[in-house]
Amino acid sequence: MKHVILGNGPTGVVAAETIRKMRPHDAIAVVGDEHERPYSRMAIPYLLEGKIAESGTLLRHDRNHWIDNRIELVEARASSIDADAKSVTLSNGEVLPYDRLLLATGSRPVRPPIPGMHLPEVVSCWTLQDARAILDRLRPGAKVLQMGAGFIGCIIMEAIANAVGKTGGSLTVVEMGDRMVPRMMTPKASALIRSWSEKSGVEVLTSTRVTAIEANVPHAGLLSLVYKAKNTKERVQVTFGDGSTRLFDFVICATGVAPAIDYLRGSGVEIGKLGGIVVDDHMRTTAPDVFAAGDCTESVDFSTGELMVNAIQPNAADQALVAGANMAGGAARTRGGLRMNVLETFGLISTSYGQWWGAEGGDHVEVVDEAAHSYIRLEFQDDRIIGATVVGRTHHIGALRGLIQTGAKLGADWKARLQADPNKFMDAYLATALSLA
Amino acid sequence: MMNSLHIDASKCTGCLQCEMACSYENHGVFATSKSRIKVFDFHSTGRKVPYTCTQCAEAWCMHACPVGAIHEDKALGAKVVNETTCVGCKVCTIACPFGTINYVADTGKVQKCDLCAGKPACAEACPTGAITFVDASWTGLDRMRAWAEKLDTNAPTA
Amino acid sequence: MSWQRKILRVDLTAGTVTSEPLNMEWAMEYLGSRGLGTKYFIEEVGAGVDPLSPANKLIFATGPLTGTMASTGGRYTVITKGALTGAIACSNSGGYWGAELKMAGWDMIVFEGKSPKPVYLLVRDGEVTIEDAAEFWGTSVWHTEEHLKAKHQDPLMRVSSVGRSAEKGCLYAAVVNDLHRAAGRSGVGTVMASKNLKAIAVRGTVGVGNIRDPKAFFDASKAAKKVLADNAVTGQGLPAYGTQVLMNVINEIGALPTRNHKDVQFEGARDISAEAMAEKRPTDGKANLVTNQACFGCTIACGRISQMDKGHYTVENRPQYWGASGGLEYEAAWALGAANGVNDLEALTYANFLANEDGFDPISFGATVGAVMELYEMGVLTKEQIGIEAPFGSAKALTFLAEKTATGEGFGKEMGLGSKRLTEKYGHPELSMSVKGQEFPAYDSRGIQGMGLTYATSNRGACHLRSYTVASEVLGIPIKTDPLATDGKAGLVKAFQDATAVFDSAGICLFTSFAWSLVDVAPQLQAACEGDWSLENLNVVGERIWNMERMFNNAAGFTSKDDTLPKRLTTEPAKTGPAKGLVNGLDKMLPEYYAERGWTPDGIPTPETRARLGL
Repeated sequence: MKHVILGNGPTGVVAAETIRKMRPHDAIAVVGDEHERPYSRMAIPYLLEGKIAESGTLLRHDRNHWIDNRIELVEARASSIDADAKSVTLSNGEVLPYDRLLLATGSRPVRPPIPGMHLPEVVSCWTLQDARAILDRLRPGAKVLQMGAGFIGCIIMEAIANAVGKTGGSLTVVEMGDRMVPRMMTPKASALIRSWSEKSGVEVLTSTRVTAIEANVPHAGLLSLVYKAKNTKERVQVTFGDGSTRLFDFVICATGVAPAIDYLRGSGVEIGKLGGIVVDDHMRTTAPDVFAAGDCTESVDFSTGELMVNAIQPNAADQALVAGANMAGGAARTRGGLRMNVLETFGLISTSYGQWWGAEGGDHVEVVDEAAHSYIRLEFQDDRIIGATVVGRTHHIGALRGLIQTGAKLGADWKARLQADPNKFMDAYLATALSLA
Repeated sequence: MMNSLHIDASKCTGCLQCEMACSYENHGVFATSKSRIKVFDFHSTGRKVPYTCTQCAEAWCMHACPVGAIHEDKALGAKVVNETTCVGCKVCTIACPFGTINYVADTGKVQKCDLCAGKPACAEACPTGAITFVDASWTGLDRMRAWAEKLDTNAPTA
Repeated sequence: MSWQRKILRVDLTAGTVTSEPLNMEWAMEYLGSRGLGTKYFIEEVGAGVDPLSPANKLIFATGPLTGTMASTGGRYTVITKGALTGAIACSNSGGYWGAELKMAGWDMIVFEGKSPKPVYLLVRDGEVTIEDAAEFWGTSVWHTEEHLKAKHQDPLMRVSSVGRSAEKGCLYAAVVNDLHRAAGRSGVGTVMASKNLKAIAVRGTVGVGNIRDPKAFFDASKAAKKVLADNAVTGQGLPAYGTQVLMNVINEIGALPTRNHKDVQFEGARDISAEAMAEKRPTDGKANLVTNQACFGCTIACGRISQMDKGHYTVENRPQYWGASGGLEYEAAWALGAANGVNDLEALTYANFLANEDGFDPISFGATVGAVMELYEMGVLTKEQIGIEAPFGSAKALTFLAEKTATGEGFGKEMGLGSKRLTEKYGHPELSMSVKGQEFPAYDSRGIQGMGLTYATSNRGACHLRSYTVASEVLGIPIKTDPLATDGKAGLVKAFQDATAVFDSAGICLFTSFAWSLVDVAPQLQAACEGDWSLENLNVVGERIWNMERMFNNAAGFTSKDDTLPKRLTTEPAKTGPAKGLVNGLDKMLPEYYAERGWTPDGIPTPETRARLGL
């Protein structure tokens, strides 16, 4: 049996390994369109910071891993799939037949429709190639504009700010939303991250749009005297929503991502309203023997039962395990993905889980210490925890997943204790979910 | 025969010898805050509960790691962090539903119980037999696993 | 090395915190904790200081073994001039706080001056700040600890604090850490509150490293732990029964002071004993004792965790007292029970909870209750004055007085004076069962003669923890001596006093000495620390510490006249039991003791003695 996996990110790789474990003799091919060994985008911020070399981003570090596991790596982009013929056509014209196909193509960065986004001074931060382009431009004294203060934006800020330094260099972050990481953090938590970032020397502009980016070509000769004001090292002029303009060396665009599914047009694989591939709880798409997992899918949010586009690493891994097992003939199910995120911004670590924004008819406890930049908010529905946001603490943080996902009933006593001191969540978890106290 | 940590909380007195032994083994200092095993003190019932990684079969931490920095020691069944490979992204810490893999700010890496290569310092140090290292079939690990199934993501059941 | 080599100096008047290196020269001579902290104190504070004035200082000191894997290595000492005694005070506590301070990177904290407003000290490793305590001044120890943990979002923070009794000036207020471990005696908590210092909240993540020879240390500490485990007292008796194992034993030998020392045996002893704590109550079918508990690093685990009968009159409809908490140790059970003739175990447990909750010494409190009850029976104090009828044996009076003492209200203010000042005030100083102003603990020196000398010469006032000759006279550790004889007790007391000073100064618990001698301690110290910690040197260090404390007291105005016992013990013979007809033979033992010590007949260390000890 031949398994073809489109996408060589963590989802594709975990699925391939799962299949291999269960089906020692099947053929497995993993298709990736970047000229790299399979690597992890999650590691890119650490590459930018210089904490790791490029090799540190690799998903598997043993060079023989793929050969030993008989996983064929194919470097190509899928152009289309033919679900009836059970084949994938690749960008190089090759046709790959499959018995089982996994779509694990992840996301692609989305750029807002603004004049000037095509300029070479505007770079995304998504691929290893993007990271190299940023590293090429990063130097002490550079003035950098970063569009987007979402998850990716916030996680790379430290690397950028450190690289440009404080003498002459600057990092300005512009976010359309009214706060940083609006889709991951409560307003209070966002405010802490913001003040922390500002303390670390970053300029943060929220509720602000970029309306245009133009090349700022340095003038030579006589003209340089006439246009002296513009004759600077900065390469781009950026116009903001209020009409003001400023000069920057380059722009990093981190305004969001969307499922990478262009190749599915006309394939019969259904795409949902949110733009992701529709899957069932076995990670099957609407086409026979075609599975999908990870960021390119729409999946059920464990907390709300509604669909979401899943861009969460542990969920992608869970889905890959389920998809891989089913492709190998097993019968695994997922009951939805739990939102969970962890973010480090200049050493300030923040996390959120589940329905962190709360539920109607629910209640919450929130404790904030602004001076210490520590914060916790737990959302309750009756006597269960359904969501959490934590800043400045990481110890035993996973227990929040345990509490939320097991739906552990706290009882009146433990709920009251958590309302008095929400940082006792690990104790509550041991006492209720595990009945150990 | 695979051994695993067996914890009998009813025997724990809360002396924290296990935490000191763990921190000394892994960090070279007596620092309970750096320990991979933690004794939780339930004051109102008088109960002390030592708690650490159960080396669960689901290995959420291992699967969630984006750079393959956690591997299974097949002989021990332990899930082991490779500090050189770990980039400190902390994804495993939010993925582990037991809260037993933790980020260490000093090192910028995560840490978890690795069973001390087969000679757990905590069990060695425990004066009351609350923590022992015994044949896995004795540990009530099955109860823990049954509980793990309550989690709403499924590991493959092939 | 094992010392962190760093101390904190906190000037509460100026509101400043500074770090300074530990004086290692002194560390070589005085080891740590009690010895080294007292050396600092004596060097810096004049003996004539008023304990409650800003000029008094308050030192929290750990020892070199604090925060290590040495068994019981979690102790710290609070050193000051005692509010109750006016003598050198050093009160020792277990729990987790001391180790936490050491793991935060500090050997010691020296508090000086007085804050203009209520404050607490926040120690997070090297980050140390003085913070406003206005929000929780006027609340209990229990509330303070919960409040600080929640406020700083750190359930693992360790807190040492004073309660309302200290704020209200109770002269035997304690410093309480980890909810129910206390530096209990001599009014060290009173001094803390007098400085407007409510609490010290600590989180330590640095850890204790730099063990001089790790392999030797692990070998030595492991061998020493085995000695504890194999010993009948530390391996079985204390974990199972706690110090309460003594209640019936001491009663049987006729040395259980009863009803303000009028009797030496208590007919209700069994009702308040370890055995009673472990039995199911007829009322709710549950035992008072829930479990035993260890302090940091302790492989003995003698601590008692108790849960009250929810239907008992003291806690009916008061769920805040229904959870498990620190239960009765022997001294507390005696002071709250036998000393007053009260045999209601639940009432004793309740009073003990209050002593923890609001931080007062249950020994001095219980003994003061005993004096009040005697004054009541004599008609000197009336129901109107006290607020309740208070005959011997009244549990209701005991718990009423505990409540008043906790909050310093009504007659609680009088209670807070301690028995010496209270009995003087009402014209009967002879009824105070105390030495140097501090009340006796739970051993009647007519039935255990050596304890009379122990009490009379204790540097911090009457105390069992300065030379626990009970070990020898009753339990036969290390050798059995006759409790009814005075012969040889001077030497015995001196040996116990000197050795105890070493145990206290190392940062370990004195209870290890039921099984360990200095022979077991020396190799642990020698492996952990630089310097000479041979048995020979440790003996000298212990003696040096004892004499240093004595010299401070002499300078503070204490003379041989203060090395005495209340008349009752030297003139009223024991009425029952093996000691029937005996009084304490202090007059015989004291001159022998001075000679043993190398002191003048007036109780002053001779120049030769001082020179020999380098004082």
